[in-house]
Amino acid sequence: MKPGLVSRLLFAVYIGAFFVYLLGPLAVMGISAFNTPAYPQVWPIEGLTLDWFGKLLADEDMMYGLRTSLWIGVLVVAISVPIGLAGAIVMTQIQARLRSTYYLVVVSPVLTPGIIIGISTVVFWREFTTVTGMKFLYDGIVLTVLGQASYISAYCMLVILARLQRFDRAQEEAALDLGASYPQVFRHILLPYLKPALFSAAVLAFLASFENYNTTTFSILADKTLTTILAGRVRQGTTPAISALAVLIIGATLIGALAYELVKRREDARAQSRRQAAAEAEERELAGELAGAAA
Amino acid sequence: MTGTGSLAIIIGLPLAVALVFLALSWFERRSGAARGPGFFQRNGVAVGLYLIIAVGFWALFIIVLPQVAMVDMSFRPKLPPSQMGGPKDLYTLENYRYFLFGSTTSTASWNTLHIKAFFLTIGVSILITALNFAISYPLAFHMAYSAGVGRLRMLLLLLIIPYWVNEILRAFAFRVLLSSGGVVNKALLGAGLIAEPVDFLGADVGLYMGLSYAYLLMMIFPLYNAIESLDRNQVEAARDLGAPWWHIHAFVVMPHAKPGIASGCTLVFMLCAGALAAPLVLGGPRTLWFTPIVYDRFYQAFNWPQGAAYAFILLVTCILFVLTVLKAFKLGLGEITR
Repeated sequence: MKPGLVSRLLFAVYIGAFFVYLLGPLAVMGISAFNTPAYPQVWPIEGLTLDWFGKLLADEDMMYGLRTSLWIGVLVVAISVPIGLAGAIVMTQIQARLRSTYYLVVVSPVLTPGIIIGISTVVFWREFTTVTGMKFLYDGIVLTVLGQASYISAYCMLVILARLQRFDRAQEEAALDLGASYPQVFRHILLPYLKPALFSAAVLAFLASFENYNTTTFSILADKTLTTILAGRVRQGTTPAISALAVLIIGATLIGALAYELVKRREDARAQSRRQAAAEAEERELAGELAGAAA
Repeated sequence: MTGTGSLAIIIGLPLAVALVFLALSWFERRSGAARGPGFFQRNGVAVGLYLIIAVGFWALFIIVLPQVAMVDMSFRPKLPPSQMGGPKDLYTLENYRYFLFGSTTSTASWNTLHIKAFFLTIGVSILITALNFAISYPLAFHMAYSAGVGRLRMLLLLLIIPYWVNEILRAFAFRVLLSSGGVVNKALLGAGLIAEPVDFLGADVGLYMGLSYAYLLMMIFPLYNAIESLDRNQVEAARDLGAPWWHIHAFVVMPHAKPGIASGCTLVFMLCAGALAAPLVLGGPRTLWFTPIVYDRFYQAFNWPQGAAYAFILLVTCILFVLTVLKAFKLGLGEITR
C-alpha cells in the first residue's frame, strides 16, 4: 500500500520541522561564534571573525576547567570500565534468587537524578573521611570521580552485559577441555571476545563524564571543571566565546562520529570478505572431496 | 551519623552482605540448586577477588552507603561541627517540617513557595515527557520501519551530533534564540508582528522549550530500539486485515514497544525533574523549579540536612514515578533498562 501524496508531504514537513528544532538552535549558536558583535548575534553578519576562538583559548579559567574535566574523564574510564566488567560478569554468575536485588541496586543510579547522586556522595565521603581520618580523600576530583562512577559504571555494565549474554559458553568449555585454567580462559577467551564492548563502554564513559554537570556541581567542592565554569559564565552574561566552545565540541563530535562510521564500514567490509573467503574455501574443499569420491 | 555509629555501619554492612552471600551459596550447594564449580574455582582466586572487590566497592561505597548517609542526614538537625554526635544530635523531622510549613517549629502556615515549586516541577516534567513522546514517536517509527539503510545512517548521525553537546551549551543556545535581543525577537520585530521584544525567558517559555529540547533524544533512542525489534509482518498482517493506521499503532506497534516507551518516559521525567542546568541558565528571577531550591539549601543557606531532606523528597518522587510507570505498563525493571 502506497501512502498518499498528502500524507507523504505532511510527513516530510514533520521531519523537516523536527530537525530544524533539533539542529536549528545549535546552528544559530554556531553562526554567532563567527560574527563580530560582542553579544551573540546571527543577523546581520557584521563581519566574519575568529577572534572568539582566540578569546576562548586565552581564557585561563576555561582551559584549567578543560584540563580538570579531561583528567576526571580519564579517571572515570579507568574506574568505571573495570567495575562495569565485573558487574556484568557477576550478573551472569550470581545466585538466581539474588539476581533481581543485585540488578535493582546497581542499575538504580541510572534512574536517580544527578544532583541526588552528587549530594549523597558529598555527604557520605565527608562523613567517611572525618571518621576514618583520611581527610586527603575529601577532594573535589576524587569525589567527582566517585559520584560519576556510580551511574557511569552502570552504563558500562549494560553495554558489556549485552555482549556477554551472546557469549558462547562452548568456547570456554573447549578451552577448559584443552587444559586452560580459569584465569587463562578469562584472559585469553573472554577479554578478547568482549573487546569491542569494552571499547564502546570506555568511549561512552568518557563522554558521559565530560558533559556531566548535575553531579559534578555538587561533588567538585571548591575545584572547577569545564561544565561548572561554563555554567558560571553563562549566568554572568552571554558572549560568543561560549558559542565558539560549542562549535569546537560539535566539530569534535562530528569528526568522532565520522571516524567511527569509517572504522565500522571497513570492519563490515572485512567481515564480508572473510565470510566470502570462508565460503569459497568450503566450496573448494567440497569440490575436492567430490572429485576424490568420483576418482 | 555519629562517629562510632557510622563506623559500625561502614564496616558492618559490607560484612553482613558478604555473610548473606556465603550463607546463600552454602544453602544452594546443599539443596543442590547450584551445580558446577564454585565461585573461586570458576574464576580463579585473582579474578574472583577482582570481581568481589570491584562490585562490592561499587554497590556499597558508591551506591548504597552514600544514599543511606544522605537519608540519615535529612533526619538530623543542623548543628555546628563541634556539636555533631553530641546530646543535641537526635533524629528529627524538622527538615521535612520546613519543606511543608516554612519553619522548623511552627505548623501555622504552609510553605507555599517550595510546595508550589515542587508540584510545578512534577507537573511540567510530566507534560514535557508526554510532549517529547508525541514529537519523537513518528520519527522513531519511521527510522525503525520505513527508512532505507543510507537514510537511517544519516538520520542517526544527525541525531547523535546534538547528543554530546552538554546541557549548559544547549540551554545557552536557547538563550541566544529567545532572549530579548535574540534571534526570534529580532525576526518577529523585523516582520512587524510585534512592536517590542517578548520576554520569553521571563515567561518560562525558554525554560520549558530548553528542557524539552535537552532530553528529546533520551526519548528517541529507546523508542527506536524497541520499535526496531518488531516483526514487520505483524504490521503488514494488520494492514491486510483492514486495520486503520491508528489501530496499527495503538494495538500492534505500541504494545510491542512498551518497554521502550516506559524507558524513554522514565528517563525524560527523571532528567527533567532533576534538571539543574536549564533552570539556572534559562530561568528568570521568578522562575519556580525545585532543583535550584535544593541547590540553594546547600550553597546559599548552608543547611546541608535541609538540602538532604529536599533531595530525598525528590528521590522518593522519582521512585514513585518509575514504579507507577512500571505498574501501568505491567513491566519489570529489567525490561526498561536494557
